[in-house]
Formats: sequence, C-alpha cells, structure tokens
Amino acid sequence: MSAATAQTPVPPRTPARSKPPARKSRKKRRPVDWVILGVAALIGLFIAFPLILIVINSFKSPQDYATGGPLSLPNEFYTDGLTAFWERVNFPEKVWNSIFISGTVAVLGVLLSMLNAFALGIGRIKGRMWIVVLILLANMLPQEVLLYPLYFMFRSVGLYDNQWAVIVIFTVIQSAFGTYLLATLYSTFPKELLEAAAIDGASRWRTLWRVVYPVSRPTLAVLLIFFFIWTWNEFLIPLTFLVSNATQTVPVAITVLQGDRLMDVTTTSASALLGLIPTLIFFLIFQRTLTRGITAGAVK
Amino acid sequence: MTTTIAAKTAKPKRREKPLIPKTRSGTYWPYLIPGLAAVLVIIVVPLVWNIYLTFTSYRGIKPPEWIGLANWEKLFADETFWQSFGNSVAMIGAMVVVPTILGLVLAALLFDLIGKKFGGKLASFLRATYYLPQILPSVIAAIVIGWILRPQNGALNTILETIGLGQLQHNWLGSPDTALPSLMLVLVWVQVGYPVVIFMAALQRVDPELYEAAELDGASWFQRFKAITAGMIRPEIFVVILTCTIAALKVFGPVYALTGGGPGTETIVPAYYAYSQFFQAQQVGYGATIATALTVVIALFSVIFIIVQSRLERREEGR
Repeated sequence: MSAATAQTPVPPRTPARSKPPARKSRKKRRPVDWVILGVAALIGLFIAFPLILIVINSFKSPQDYATGGPLSLPNEFYTDGLTAFWERVNFPEKVWNSIFISGTVAVLGVLLSMLNAFALGIGRIKGRMWIVVLILLANMLPQEVLLYPLYFMFRSVGLYDNQWAVIVIFTVIQSAFGTYLLATLYSTFPKELLEAAAIDGASRWRTLWRVVYPVSRPTLAVLLIFFFIWTWNEFLIPLTFLVSNATQTVPVAITVLQGDRLMDVTTTSASALLGLIPTLIFFLIFQRTLTRGITAGAVK
Repeated sequence: MTTTIAAKTAKPKRREKPLIPKTRSGTYWPYLIPGLAAVLVIIVVPLVWNIYLTFTSYRGIKPPEWIGLANWEKLFADETFWQSFGNSVAMIGAMVVVPTILGLVLAALLFDLIGKKFGGKLASFLRATYYLPQILPSVIAAIVIGWILRPQNGALNTILETIGLGQLQHNWLGSPDTALPSLMLVLVWVQVGYPVVIFMAALQRVDPELYEAAELDGASWFQRFKAITAGMIRPEIFVVILTCTIAALKVFGPVYALTGGGPGTETIVPAYYAYSQFFQAQQVGYGATIATALTVVIALFSVIFIIVQSRLERREEGR
C-alpha cells in the first residue's frame, strides 16, 4: 500500500487555504483509494453484521429459521417471538425503570458536578488537585470493591431493591467525571463576565445560575446525555441491587432471562433486539453531540 | 483525562484567588460540601470497609470474624486468582492492544484518505458504523454475539454447515479451546470504535499543511502516518491506552452474560471471580480480598503509566 502511494506523482501544490473545498474533495481518485474504501466499508459491514443478523432473525418463526438459516430474509413478518419476550419481561415497565433511573441520575449528576466544579474551578479552593483526585476515585475503582458495603448500607436503611439506591450510587459515580471535566472548563471561565456580575452586585449563587450555568450549557448538555447513556448501560450494581422484577432495568431484565429453556432461537434474537433498540434510538438522536462530547472528555 | 492532572502537578501555582473578584476561596466550601459528603458515604466509607473485610471471615450472616492475613495468604496461593489475572492480560490484548492499533490505522484512513477523496460525509458514516457496538450496553453486545455463537442452531454453525464446512462447527463458548478467543473477539468488536472516534477528532487538530508539506517532500502514506499521525496525536493515544486498560481490568458484564467464567474457570476475570465469591460462594471476606487486589493493580498501573507518560513528554520537550 505504501509503495503504491509513493510511486504516484505528486500533484502540483496550490496553497491549502485558497483552495476551494469542493475541489479538494474531488482530488484524483486512484485505484488504490477505491481498494482502501472497499476495505473500510467491508470492516464497517463486518462490524454491523451481527446487528443486522439480529434484526433479520427477530422477525422469523423458529421453523423459518430452521429451514432458511440465519442469512435468509424472513418469509413472513413474524412477531410472536418479539411479543412473547415483550410480555414476558414486561418491556414497557423495564424501559420506564431505565428511563427513570438514568434520567434522574443524569440531572442530579450534572447538578452535583456543577456545584463541585464551581467551588473547584471558579472558587479555586486550596488543595483542589487532591480533591479532584479523591472524587475521581469514584470513577476509577472497580465497582466490586464498593459492592458489599453498599449492599449492607442500603439494606440497613431499607433501600435495598429500591431504585433510589442505584440512583444515589450512580449520581456520585457519574458526577466524578463531570466534576473533573467542568472544573477544568471553569478554571478558564471568562473573567470579565464574572467581574461584570460582581459589579452588578450579584451574589455567588446568582452568578452561578445567571452567568456560569448559561455559558456552560453546551457542555452540561453533553454531560447530561453521557450520564444518561452510561447509567442506562450499567450492569453490575443494578444487577445486585434490583433483585425483584418490577425494579429491574432493561439490560438486567434481558440478561437474567438468557439461557432460559423456554426461549427458542428466534425469541432469544428478539430479546437481544429489544435490548438494542433503546440505545440505537439514543444514538441516532444524539450522534453529533456524542462524538463531540467524547472528544471533550478525551483530552482536556 | 489524567494527562491534565499530571500536567498540573508539574507546575503548581499556589495562592490563586477565586475568579470572582473580592471573594476568598475558603468561602466556596458550601458548594463543595454536598459532593464531598456524597463521595465520603458512597465511595470512601465502602472502600475502607471493604479493606477491613479482607481481614475477616464473613459469610453474610454472622458478624465478620477477624482472621488476620489468612485471606491474603489464600489469595496468593489461589490458582484461580492467578488465572483470572492471566485472563486480564488477554482482555487487555482484546480491549487495548488490538483496538488501539486498528483504531489508529482506521482513523488515519478515514481522515486522511476517505475523508479527503470521497467526502467527509462518507467518512463520518463509516465512523458511526464502527462506533455502533460501543453504544450498546456491554451485556447486550455480548448477548448479540452469544446468539451468533450458540452451539445448537447458532448462526455461525449454521452458516458453516451451509457452505460445506460442517466439520468446523464448534461449541465456541462452551469448549476450553475457543471460549477465551470468542470472548476476546466480542470485546474487540465492542471496543474498536472508541479509539477511531477519539483519534479522528484528534487528527482535526493537526495542521493540514503539515501533510501537504510531507506529501510534497515525497513522503509515502505510511511515512506520513508514522511521523505525523502517530506523533501528533500522542496525547490521545495515551488517554485511550490508559482508559481502555482500566476498563479491561474491570471487565465484568460480557463475562457474566457470555460464559459465566466458564467452562470451568477458563474465562474467569478478577471482577467476575470477586462477584462469584460474594454472591455464589458467600465468601464475602475472600471476595473483598480479590476486589481489593484488583483495585491495587489498577491503581499501580495508573500511577506507573502517568509517571512514564510525563517522563516521555518531558524528554520530548527537552529535544
């Protein structure tokens, strides 16, 4: 590949800035470019293939699957598997549980991150480096290390098998990352805005809500979406804390039913599909914000 | 994200004033109290409690009984424990080494070749496709692949049968020789989109004129890749390696959903081993010991990684 690239003549160079973008994208395409595009597309297909298989086979009857195999398109639009699993796990209830837990965590987590970051980034409390490290512990630790003591603590206050236990735990865990990100952001907050607010006699609380909050709202929105999806995808702590059916989240409810003898091959596929759909919807809605946000989290 | 912390420690600026004029930093404590109290109750207390549990025999019913270092002695002699860490190395291979290398190449291809010659839309679309498995809950991703690898009538075995390779049919997740590779394949699939997205974003920082200059000097694509791509986005490479390694050491969901550590203890990882001690064997003290050992490994790795990274960066600056 590299040898082929080296042999091609170098196109005459025009200054990069003055080149119109339309012409730039229509640079000469060599055969090797098409090969590379083909390879990249093939990798994409390979990555999407398992998901495509799940979608096709969720709408097949077990007989259809047995005769046609996994690659054929369904003979008829068969939804018994889906509805059977839907009713079995009481899917709307699980979706609501997940939305309730993830949504509450997202809002509370952003709020807590903002308060922390206001004190650390704008208030510049002494020893803030160490405080950030301490808070980041929440994010770095394997959750197993917290599991039994938390289980014991929440059981003794009567919150075991209660969604609020999970909400409290994840609010703390998610806000660790939020605090870190926002504290970095707030430490470079435009000073003029804060000075103007101080001259107007605004209290700190007012400054936080009328100046800091609106200016940082794009980042807060990214954090909100992140916290929501991260909490939605969590498994270990919801698995151990939400033992009764009525409190479970989507991933937990679907996972604990795997291997159940009553589930035939296409019903199992349908169960995976039901697990995919909510996150796929979020992905389609938030794609832009997400990719922008991951970058925000990565470096600085 | 830890890079910035390391950078901050390097050049401490003491006695800074708050950004709001005429306030003292001490008066901001009320804003921090809810957050710190929550971390104390939800993180610090359980962490210390868990360390205490490692010195006890505790089966969840009678109060914990102090047994000194017995759990730790058992741990170091426990073959399953060492096997679980051996498997962690495999997880690092599947979640760090392969995705980082693949991610670098794919990001460079998408950004440098496909993005420029076939348009940014196509590059973004491919990036989104690579990223798809990342957004799924890891257990659901595992169930998807587990469905394909089903032993009886799984998609892979059926396809092998149809194309006349029936003798290759296999109980992929159930037999000792393929269980771990199958699990690793799932993790590569889940993980590869993350470095692609991060590296592509990082490449946008790189001045396009650098590439054009290199091209003008007759540098091949691979030379440009080595010198510019891999060089300029080094901070992001460090971040990806650090965060993915921590994630690989902590991996739990896919193991739970796919193999339950089996067959036997073939695919056991520390997190799953601790979990099974807590809730299946009811050996809470020993489970706590495994979890604590895992925490120590993660902490040691992070500290060493950050030290090495800042050394490398300093050496680079000194050049």
